[in-house]
Amino acid sequence: MARKDIQLDHEVILDLIKPQSTVLDLGCGNGDLLYLLIKEKNARAQGIEIDEQAIYKCVAKGLNVFHGDVDSGLAEFKEKSFDYVVLNQSLQQILHVDKVLIDALRVGKKVIVGFPNFAHFRSRLQMFFQGRTPVIGALPYQWYETPNLHFLSISDFKNYCRIKGINIERSVCIGQLRRINFLPNLFAQTGIFLISK
Amino acid sequence: MNKENKVTGSNSLGVVKTQSFSFDSLKLESGEKFGPVSLAYETYGSLNKDKSNAILITHALSGDAHAAGVHEGQDNLGWWDEFIGPAKAFDTDKYFVICSNILGGCKGSTGPSSINPKTGKPYALDFPLVTINDIVNAQKRLVDYLGIEKLLSVVGGSMGGQQVLSWLVNYPKNLRSVVPIATTIKHSPQQIAFNEVGRQAIMADSHWKGGNYYEAQAPSKGLAVARMIGHITYMSDKSMAEKFGRAKKGAGEHFKFTADFEVEGYLRYRGDNFVKRFDANSYLYITKAMDNFDASRGRRFEEVLEGTKVKVLVISFKSDWLYPAYQSKEIVKACKLAGVETTYCEIASTYGHDAFLLEVEEETHLIRHFLKKMLYAYEVTGDYGA
Repeated sequence: MARKDIQLDHEVILDLIKPQSTVLDLGCGNGDLLYLLIKEKNARAQGIEIDEQAIYKCVAKGLNVFHGDVDSGLAEFKEKSFDYVVLNQSLQQILHVDKVLIDALRVGKKVIVGFPNFAHFRSRLQMFFQGRTPVIGALPYQWYETPNLHFLSISDFKNYCRIKGINIERSVCIGQLRRINFLPNLFAQTGIFLISK
Repeated sequence: MNKENKVTGSNSLGVVKTQSFSFDSLKLESGEKFGPVSLAYETYGSLNKDKSNAILITHALSGDAHAAGVHEGQDNLGWWDEFIGPAKAFDTDKYFVICSNILGGCKGSTGPSSINPKTGKPYALDFPLVTINDIVNAQKRLVDYLGIEKLLSVVGGSMGGQQVLSWLVNYPKNLRSVVPIATTIKHSPQQIAFNEVGRQAIMADSHWKGGNYYEAQAPSKGLAVARMIGHITYMSDKSMAEKFGRAKKGAGEHFKFTADFEVEGYLRYRGDNFVKRFDANSYLYITKAMDNFDASRGRRFEEVLEGTKVKVLVISFKSDWLYPAYQSKEIVKACKLAGVETTYCEIASTYGHDAFLLEVEEETHLIRHFLKKMLYAYEVTGDYGA
């Protein structure tokens, strides 16, 4: 199933989304995932992105995208406007995570969240043996230049969903090259969750 | 992106001609029947066989039908020349571009300075108080006359953007897409206030004489002051500082209130130049039409847009304080709520409201790709009427 031309996290998300769905991608970046969703899943897709240069790249791909921040951009949509709301690698960079997730679950019938796992064994080792803030594949930034505001683990997110009464419909944990089924909170670099309320 | 891609001879349209289209009468929003009406217009590029590549450009307050190219024996380029021509945002090798002077204007279309056939004299204040919707209804007659059932897009900035929104609300079935730039659903009190100061400056000029100045001296001082106020609102604090600083003009007259600073000289120059090409009464009528415009017609704008299949590209500019980005975001918000396919970009320009004429690279990128998508979607689906 692995395809060389597609990032593994994008491949996982494509698998989670039914054809002909409506999708809102929060923090869509250059629009690579949106483009795939339209091409491969015939989705009606809309992005929101804060970076102006990324907007130009999205427009060049023929995508519909709103220039704005995720924190405020979501409130303006009606309930269940989309089949899926996607927060891939953007959750950890959002100021008010809790508010945005609740709003995403309001606006989307389902929500897909993808984030770097802070509890990966390599970051644990770096913390334990070097006493340094971890820098690993999925968390490639030094502490002084990271855009990430929140550091969470796969277990953290599961716990959050339990407390908030959010259903985890599916979870897929991946390393850089493959899916991780054994002790994902230790061995997976990225967690991808399909959730609903 | 750099801004060095200025107009060159190679992709200029060359010599263009203004044409005229007349019709007997137009039913105005007020209920009044007005006519005859003439519209000055120009077209660039050629209409394709199935008439699916036509784009209407709507001009701003002081604009006219001459959007691109040059007129025979003259060298002044059209007001949006950098955007219209071969390989430009509105690529005339692909698209058929139309621009007409608005109803109420003074550059070839019927306005207060036109001759009233009933009296043989200029209308002056006998000219009816036209609205943005009236202006657009007149444009629709021109588009019909050109045999175009469905426009690929209507594009304009500022008051041109108000016309774009009027098209979107009144003729969604005759459009595939719209591009409102640096505009608003309705004027804020601040925008009305600036226009009112301009109008007061004109009417305070002793030459205005209740609008009946056509046989004597025009209220040039008043109109020049109105234009000066306008120019202040079109620029940003930063763009003014960069352009003029506190630099003083060279030695010259020795009068206490001479235009010492560069910025003063610039405003006077702009004001004095404007009166040579613009009619004061037109300024009054057009600014009033802008102030009265409300695309939402007293309802919520998303309700007005509900069910439209027209695709929308909204563009605003960070330093624009006359038509601030929040007003463009209100358009975007309504599109979101109405489920309209929309793209929005706030360009990080420092030029203020003038940016829509100046940010060539960024706007060109957005418009070119957006139009390409529209034309491609048409070619794939063959869809005439959504």
